Amino acid sequence: MSALAIRVENLGKRYRIGVPAIKYNTLRETISESFSKTRKRLSKNKDSNEYIWALRDVSFNVRQGHVLGIIGKNGAGKSTLLKILSRVTEPTEGEVEIHGRVGSLLEVGTGFHPELTGRENIYLNGAILGMKRTEIDRKFDEIVSFAEVEQFIETPVKRFSSGMYLRLAFAVAAHLEPEILVVDEVLAVGDAEFQRKCLGKMSDVAKEGRTVLFVSHNMSAILRLTEETLVVDKGHLLLRAPTTEAIDYYLSHGLTQEGQRYWNEDEIPRNSHPFHPIAVRIRNRAGHVMDTIRSVEPFNVEVEYSLKAPITGLRVGVYLTSARGEFVFTSFDTDDPQKFESHAQRPAGHYLSRCLIPANFFNEGRFVVGVNASSYKIKRYFQDEQALLFNVDPAGAPGMHWPEKRLGPIRPLLDWKIEEIK
Amino acid sequence: MTVKTDLKIIIKPSSGWAALNLKDLWIYRELVYFMTWRDLKVRYKQTLLGASWAVLQPFLTMVVFSIFFGGLAKVPSDNVPYPIFSFTALLPWTLFSKALLDASKSLVSSSHIITKIYFPRIILPLASILAGIVDFFIAFVVLLGMMVFYKIAPTVNIWTLPFFLLLALVTALGVGLWLSALNVLYRDINYATHFITQFWMFITPIAYSSTMIPDKWKLIYSLNPMAGVVNGFRWALLGIGEGPGVDLMVSVVVAIVLLISGLIYFKRTERLFADMV
Repeated sequence: MSALAIRVENLGKRYRIGVPAIKYNTLRETISESFSKTRKRLSKNKDSNEYIWALRDVSFNVRQGHVLGIIGKNGAGKSTLLKILSRVTEPTEGEVEIHGRVGSLLEVGTGFHPELTGRENIYLNGAILGMKRTEIDRKFDEIVSFAEVEQFIETPVKRFSSGMYLRLAFAVAAHLEPEILVVDEVLAVGDAEFQRKCLGKMSDVAKEGRTVLFVSHNMSAILRLTEETLVVDKGHLLLRAPTTEAIDYYLSHGLTQEGQRYWNEDEIPRNSHPFHPIAVRIRNRAGHVMDTIRSVEPFNVEVEYSLKAPITGLRVGVYLTSARGEFVFTSFDTDDPQKFESHAQRPAGHYLSRCLIPANFFNEGRFVVGVNASSYKIKRYFQDEQALLFNVDPAGAPGMHWPEKRLGPIRPLLDWKIEEIK
Repeated sequence: MTVKTDLKIIIKPSSGWAALNLKDLWIYRELVYFMTWRDLKVRYKQTLLGASWAVLQPFLTMVVFSIFFGGLAKVPSDNVPYPIFSFTALLPWTLFSKALLDASKSLVSSSHIITKIYFPRIILPLASILAGIVDFFIAFVVLLGMMVFYKIAPTVNIWTLPFFLLLALVTALGVGLWLSALNVLYRDINYATHFITQFWMFITPIAYSSTMIPDKWKLIYSLNPMAGVVNGFRWALLGIGEGPGVDLMVSVVVAIVLLISGLIYFKRTERLFADMV
């Protein structure tokens, strides 16, 4: 039974939000506020809506050598938790006990100064992260070769490309040897190559027996690296479970973000009349509006709209492109000739056009839904090419027993037959 | 394979008077060096004149003072040529005023680091003040050159100079801690600091001699630690003025009070920095 690395008990963090201009208070404002506050204080007791609890009553333990994932919506409190563990901010209540040095990757390149060279920044960044100078000396060459910036090491980093910058920043942080590593979505930035390197390094760190806490929205990364995962929502710890179970819970309980997009009046051009778009949504199999879909499940894309007057020959459809810009397909609700006949004339009213995307269709990645409402060669009523972004999570997809990335936007489950030919 | 460690830290809400936590500062001592080094490197990167700005600032001020105060207004300078009279004072003054300005901005300008990683925050104002010492030494060499030019030999009291320098640094650190912490909470401080240093310059005997102050005001005047510093510099290097006396003691006490109160305020508000900056 390995020793305890982290013990968190009844942790809470409260922020004040009622105070106007919380960041840039001037003395004059504070003075005038304290007068009005005194009046308020006399009339009623402490305002509960002046505060927000970013974390409340969070308790958990982490044993040494474990890799723990933390998932939750934006604003759930994950980053606040990491900040407290990294001693960047103080808890309002509760206690944390930490055994060992904590290395935090809350952001890559913390402390990098654009005017300094790569070499100088390695030392500066390393020192800020807590490395001793002798340690940096020892690891210097390793860091530079990991980052692949040998040629540019004496150039000011403001001349680096963003890719080089990221690689260097991550290289320094990756060579920290803390007992506890705390990582917050560093992998959200950078290209696929960089992300792969990051994940590789993190799993090396885990294999060395260090404790890792990993916050991410990337479910595949969480699956690959962690054994157990915490699900956080609105400052509370909802669940602690083996990672697959936790991810399942998270994805299926509508805890992810939006997954729908409404249009404001000022976004709808006047000549789209009588077509009036309302929203476009992604709904998972259970009917929840989600922004992340599992590729092994079918899901719906729906367009909600109203017609202020009858339209003939209207077709409403979607474009699908990958977040990288590759076109995947276009599909209209009257593509089917039968539907084209039956819905040639649509009377005024409130409508929903919904299509079903089959399971095992999309590859992992991010995709963009665009909406088009038109009458072929007559009029284009409304178009929004980049209406909605959604993620496809490949957990359990065909071929996922090999952790390699497959190219292309689709990932069909084809019916293969293997036979020995005599 | 397990990783062995003896280091244990408890994190919980701190209440009221937070301890100075010198242990942490010792652990992070190398960072003091790196931050100072960073401030210095960055200061003169991509500048045309580089480190000579450390000298030009006090030097050009001296020239202007010499023309207008020394030459036209004929302000008395205790029987030494006015230029060297004012330059001797400008040296510690430049150190002090720059340290104050840099220190007050130090936390806010490093906000991107403060919100992401832990290290003792006091390192930031401390480093900006230490960086000023390097500039001071460069200008000091020029001062020695000027003394040669004016054929003034330093007095036997020159060994007291480090003490006066320390007095200036202690004052700068004390006020710098106050200003840097206040700046995180109230952005007015940015505007106030320039005004404060301007005002402070006039109440310090740089362009004039403190012998001009009437006796009944002398004690109140010595509440300004920088008056003690400037007079000390002139006494140790040029041999003018009376030596250390009651006024100096008053200055020292004020400086220590500023430092201690600055440390207390800084430590009390430190826990809010990452949330408010």
